[in-house]
Amino acid sequence: MNRQLTRVAWVAMALIVALVIGTTYWQTWARPGLAARQDNEIQRVAEFEVRRGLILAPTRVLARNKAVKRRGKTLYFRRYPQGKLTAHVVGYSTISRSRAGLEKSLNGTLTGTDRALSDLVEQQLDELKGTPIVGDNVITTLNLRAQRAALEQLGRTCGAVAALDPRTGKLLVMASSPSYDPNLVETRFGTIGSVTADCRPAAPLVNRASQGLYAPGSTFKVVTLSAALESNRYEPDSTFVDPGYCIAYGKRVNNFDTSRPFGSLTLATALQFSVNSVFCNIGKALGAKRILDQAKRFGFYERPPLETPDGERYPSGLYRNGELWYPKRNPDVDAGRMAFGQERMLVTPLQMAMVAAGIGNAGIVMKPWVVDKILSPLGNTLSRTRPERLSRAVGPVNARDIQNMMVRAVEAGTGTAARIPGFRVGGKTGTAETGVPGRNTTWFIAFAGRPDRRPEVAIAVALEGQSSTGGATAAPIARAVMEALLVPGSNP
Amino acid sequence: MTARNRELFILLLAAIVASGAFASAWFQEAAAIDYGWIPWAALLAALFVVAHLVARMTVPDADPTLLPITALLCAVGLTFVYRLDPEAGRKQLVWVAVGVAVLAGVLLWLRWDYRVLERYKYLFGISAIVLLMLPSVPGLGQRINGVKLWVDIGPLQFQPGELAKIFLVVFLAGYLRDKREALAVLRLKDIGPLLAIWGAAMLVLVQTSDLGSALLNFGIFLAMLYAATGRTAFVGVGLVLFAGGATLLYDRLDRVQQRVTVWLEPWTDDKVYCALNGAMEYRQNCDSYQLVKSLYSIANGGYGGTGIGNGTFDSVDGTRLIPYLETDFVYSAIAQELGLIGAAAVLLLYLALVARGMRVALIAQDGFSKLLAAGLSFGFALQTFIIVGGVLRLVPLTGITLPFVSYGGTSIVANFVMVALLMLVSHRAVRHSRA
Repeated sequence: MNRQLTRVAWVAMALIVALVIGTTYWQTWARPGLAARQDNEIQRVAEFEVRRGLILAPTRVLARNKAVKRRGKTLYFRRYPQGKLTAHVVGYSTISRSRAGLEKSLNGTLTGTDRALSDLVEQQLDELKGTPIVGDNVITTLNLRAQRAALEQLGRTCGAVAALDPRTGKLLVMASSPSYDPNLVETRFGTIGSVTADCRPAAPLVNRASQGLYAPGSTFKVVTLSAALESNRYEPDSTFVDPGYCIAYGKRVNNFDTSRPFGSLTLATALQFSVNSVFCNIGKALGAKRILDQAKRFGFYERPPLETPDGERYPSGLYRNGELWYPKRNPDVDAGRMAFGQERMLVTPLQMAMVAAGIGNAGIVMKPWVVDKILSPLGNTLSRTRPERLSRAVGPVNARDIQNMMVRAVEAGTGTAARIPGFRVGGKTGTAETGVPGRNTTWFIAFAGRPDRRPEVAIAVALEGQSSTGGATAAPIARAVMEALLVPGSNP
Repeated sequence: MTARNRELFILLLAAIVASGAFASAWFQEAAAIDYGWIPWAALLAALFVVAHLVARMTVPDADPTLLPITALLCAVGLTFVYRLDPEAGRKQLVWVAVGVAVLAGVLLWLRWDYRVLERYKYLFGISAIVLLMLPSVPGLGQRINGVKLWVDIGPLQFQPGELAKIFLVVFLAGYLRDKREALAVLRLKDIGPLLAIWGAAMLVLVQTSDLGSALLNFGIFLAMLYAATGRTAFVGVGLVLFAGGATLLYDRLDRVQQRVTVWLEPWTDDKVYCALNGAMEYRQNCDSYQLVKSLYSIANGGYGGTGIGNGTFDSVDGTRLIPYLETDFVYSAIAQELGLIGAAAVLLLYLALVARGMRVALIAQDGFSKLLAAGLSFGFALQTFIIVGGVLRLVPLTGITLPFVSYGGTSIVANFVMVALLMLVSHRAVRHSRA
């Protein structure tokens, strides 16, 4: 009988060994997948036993912890001292509503789980000793003074402001209106939706600066102009005759102001006064794909890089049936209307700030970033972001020409409301009609700096539901934010 | 060194490990470092010293590892039950004391020759069936969590299935020893009792909707049948019969059906009908809630675990996230707090217990003893596999106890009886081979 018994013994032991293998599977291979699941409350509660790292900007605290003792355990809940000010960038970390913003995308850093192996061993020892795990601190590049200026200027208006340092790609301002108080997300989520704002739905949780897809209006002319100059077929002083309209696909497209055709004018003047017919004809001559390829060189058709979660940044480009769409053939798109920002072109304020930044930085678009440094709990720098080049959008000569043309638009054109005494400001207005009178999307994109230096600021402002023009509504906001960034101690 | 001295030495090592584990659970619960844990540890140690002394008296040549393994498993169980629910921990300690008393009783009672049991094999066989049926007797049975496993006797609740398991092993050991030759040549008239047992297993399944207990008893039966006859065909036919029977009954057994669905697809991407609240829910928030939460608990342990007392089992407002944590799901608590290292160590304790038990079967002289030891050892292995495998989603989850660890009186006492029987068989085998 012993032969059978030996076999039964092997089977019995194999059963137990299978359990060891099963346990290994769940605790090693399957672990990250399970930890990431939305309904994993154990993981979420366990993460609240970690003292998350702080989020700072650069000296002010944007997110800190509040320790609560429960059943002999210390849980750390998040508090956001700046409230609405940086809600869309910082996001929130809650048990009931999970996470958003940097709190979501940098969760590994903030909970200290992204560390090197040697640190993890140390951390395991701490765990055995019962000391709470402390996450790493994140220092952002946000300029709170300008951020506050942006939100104050936006007021009840729905819209967004994004500002970058064109030389490095550093994100200085990312404001979306209406904003929300991240402190309310955990306990009083219902009150967030009932915010008063001039649009419906107010959708305060949406980061309009990177998730808001708007028709670009005439700000897109900067892209068309770049394509035109890069094609070598046009010069800033190429002359056109403006009949006051342009025939695109058999339809007559009027200038914004139809009362006075410009007659004969240069390309520079056409940008200065935002003459649709000129750009319409350039678009027809270049074809849609050439303009779209230029747009890609500014970063269109990709999610703009940033450390916020991917789902909170949308790519800009042509959209068809709610999906990003790149035409196969030139005739699929009305290049004439696209050239001055109509057609099915949809863009985010962040992307348009990158356009302004590319022009301001001699044609080179720098990769946007918002996380400056990651510090260990003891204050050692674990990583520091270095500026990176994203793409060359236009050649340096063309970039300088476009800069000068945009400066003229601010000094004596459509964007005079953005003038800042003592600084060189170049900008482009935009007014995109949504079809409903008095519900235009207005735009202003600009760069600014000291007259003899490279521009230090690039900005895009988009406003929903406006009855007036971009020059009248968005340009003053851009000016106030740029002033806050450029002039120390100014009172915006 | 004699077997009993070795046993005492290993018990001492076990006591040190066990005291450390229990002390950390105590410190966490008390939120302070005091000496309150010492009476508990001392009491547990004293119980096993008593068991050791009784063994010294009655079965001096028995395998020296069985008792220390039992002691360690009891300590793990006590630690975790106490850590999860101090009141249940108190009761658990009482049950361990009762278990040790029963162990001592069995050792004393059968110290001359346990083989007298063989004479009453049919009595054990019938009692096993009766015990299994007991919970479905109207007025006696108590339905807990949809499974009829419990019987109320006055103020006491007891789980007859746990005792039935032992009776069944004793019956089979006696019966198969008698009939093994006949069965090996497969005469039709000897198939009768086999079909009867299969029929009984199916009946139990229908009556109590308890897949776990049916599977355990039937699995022990197949293992012993194979050991006795050496015919793999029996195992094959048995498995097919069981699977076939279970499949046929599948439609009638909502509970079994639900368990299988949960096992195959615990997470759904779309909302499905939830019978618990009559609404549409993701399955992970409804039927498979327990299993999924338990997997999260295990995964949260990682390699090293959170440490005893540091695991997360409660939501932020203090409500328990995993139901039946100290009974069915105790392994998911162990795996979270001890991590892969600790959980594997606990599983290796079972492996050691099973291996030593099987060794007893190998060295035993007579067929009854061999089959008895093999049946008991395989029972430990299969029971551990069914419950831990269920928690790990290797097999559909059925609520049976983890031997010596889960909170529950009948189970602990029954497992002590099994260890006592193994010790008796091993004592006799060693003594006999020496003579």
